[in-house]
Amino acid sequence: MGLKEKLHQFKEENKDKKWLPLFSAFHTFLYTPNDTASAGTHIKGADDLKRTMNTVIMALIPVLIFGMFNAGFQHNIAVNGNFTSGMSFFSGEFWNLDNFIIGAAKILPLVIISYGIGLGVEFIFAILKGHEVEEGYLVTGMLVPLIVPVDIPLWMLSVAVVFGVVIGKEVFGGTGMNIMNPALIIRAFLFFAYPTWMSGDKVWVTGAVDVAGTADAISGETILGSLAQGKEMIYSVSDMFFGFIPGSVGETSTLLILLGAAFLIFSKIGSWRIMLSAVAGALAMGLIFNMIADANIISEGSKFYSLMSTPFWHHLLIGGFAFGVVYMATDPVTASQTNKGKWYYGFLIGFLSIAIRVFNPAYPEGVMLAILLMNVFAPTIDHYVVQGNIKKRMKRLKAKKA
Amino acid sequence: MGLLNKKDAKLITDPFLDNNPVTVQVLGICSALAITAELKASIVMAIAVMAVLAIGNVVISLMRNIIPSKIRIIVQLVVVAALVIIVDLVLKAYAYELSKTLSVFVGLIITNCIIMGRFEAFALANSPYQSFLDGIGNAAGYGIILIIVGFFRELLGSGTLLGYKVLGDPIEKTGVYAFGYENNGFMLLAPMALIVLGIIIWVQRSRNTNLIEE
Repeated sequence: MGLKEKLHQFKEENKDKKWLPLFSAFHTFLYTPNDTASAGTHIKGADDLKRTMNTVIMALIPVLIFGMFNAGFQHNIAVNGNFTSGMSFFSGEFWNLDNFIIGAAKILPLVIISYGIGLGVEFIFAILKGHEVEEGYLVTGMLVPLIVPVDIPLWMLSVAVVFGVVIGKEVFGGTGMNIMNPALIIRAFLFFAYPTWMSGDKVWVTGAVDVAGTADAISGETILGSLAQGKEMIYSVSDMFFGFIPGSVGETSTLLILLGAAFLIFSKIGSWRIMLSAVAGALAMGLIFNMIADANIISEGSKFYSLMSTPFWHHLLIGGFAFGVVYMATDPVTASQTNKGKWYYGFLIGFLSIAIRVFNPAYPEGVMLAILLMNVFAPTIDHYVVQGNIKKRMKRLKAKKA
Repeated sequence: MGLLNKKDAKLITDPFLDNNPVTVQVLGICSALAITAELKASIVMAIAVMAVLAIGNVVISLMRNIIPSKIRIIVQLVVVAALVIIVDLVLKAYAYELSKTLSVFVGLIITNCIIMGRFEAFALANSPYQSFLDGIGNAAGYGIILIIVGFFRELLGSGTLLGYKVLGDPIEKTGVYAFGYENNGFMLLAPMALIVLGIIIWVQRSRNTNLIEE
């Protein structure tokens, strides 16, 4: 008897044990279960939940690995203080083992905690409710370490993950029922609960605090943080595009995020409508702000000036905008379902992201709040799109009759 | 029980658990969200509401046979407003700092749905003694929720209880392995009060499934 049969037999024998969902969760990782549905419509498709989730995770892996290199790279800059702007993407200064080891030592614990705690909560709920463990956390668990600062203490992350999974997801009924993206709830929780650990200059670069105050000290702030305070920037556009900048773990490299986006669009997992319209929305808002700044409507001393006068397309490169739009706004559960609704949904996310970013320097990461807000409004958008369609057809019906 | 027969005792215990005005009837939420960032404020608010509701219930009950039904809401408002002004003045005289923390919410006891609800539903139809017990019971049910929410919000949000430091100093070190307590600023914001309240309701309803509405 092979392993497959043995496992299946084991499952049959322990049918009414409480911990069975736990076993099934790991079982289904290895094999497709033999059980088939006995009634109802049968739809056979290869793109089940697990495959969808795995595709997104594959799209996230390059970003994660880049994040590890970048964490080490930023640390070495902070300690040695020799940053040269405008490196090429394949520069040996960036892609070396030294950087990777430092970064991996920081980021792997984040990944492990995120998955360990999150899946733990999922398992507890699965056993309490007596249903199968759902795969929904696989992507969330990967997103979470990518959207937090490198130096976030592990216990804070754990608290936030428990909060996010329970309040953001399980109270609504688990995977597929949540109104808002759980990963963003986790980040929003951290952001409001521990603001000093989610912004400012001490958490984005490992070891930045240790050298602060010395002659070599660099500001360990993100670009958005510096811009909000009207500081000079030392990073060139190519640095921002390639991602050699401080920031949350996975959000810095716009290039790799674009590759991920291409992969998601190609595999038809992510909606290109949302991505495209979000970019359009961001550019529109950026252009409006540029015009305001150019027309001298606000003075140069204004606290909004430096962010408003940032060239509009830079907004796509800095901060978590690209990451949020590609990996989080496209979440099929929380986004708009209708194609037309997706255009509105995406556009408003882009538009609001930049607006929040500029007008509220205390919350530099506008994209998080914009996506959460639009998550709430997505069903409303869908409702009006559907109603609009019904109305249009009714009219056509009437015209035919008459 | 000597003082309370079974029916009277129920007037006090019922609103405490299975018919709690906050978690079951979902009344008086606004004040539960607004003033529970500190435990002390929650306790004072609970006492204030208890005084207003117990005395108000007795007054209304005494007048129940002479209040014309057409203007009963106005009469009730006058009674509760008078009592709230007294409470407000007492607070200002003896606990000025606290009355500043509670600010407008003492005045807003007037609009607390629990009070008008009990006047309408109970005091207008029952004897003064029973109304008094009902007032105490409902205010206690309201107060206990306020105190639970206030306890968690102050403990986790400020690391203090009644103003005394309970949890340690915030961490200084950075890094993924930094341990120590850091105040959870989210706890001090109103949304968290709603979530804590929601969790209490969740726990209560999973213990007593009769409370779950269809």
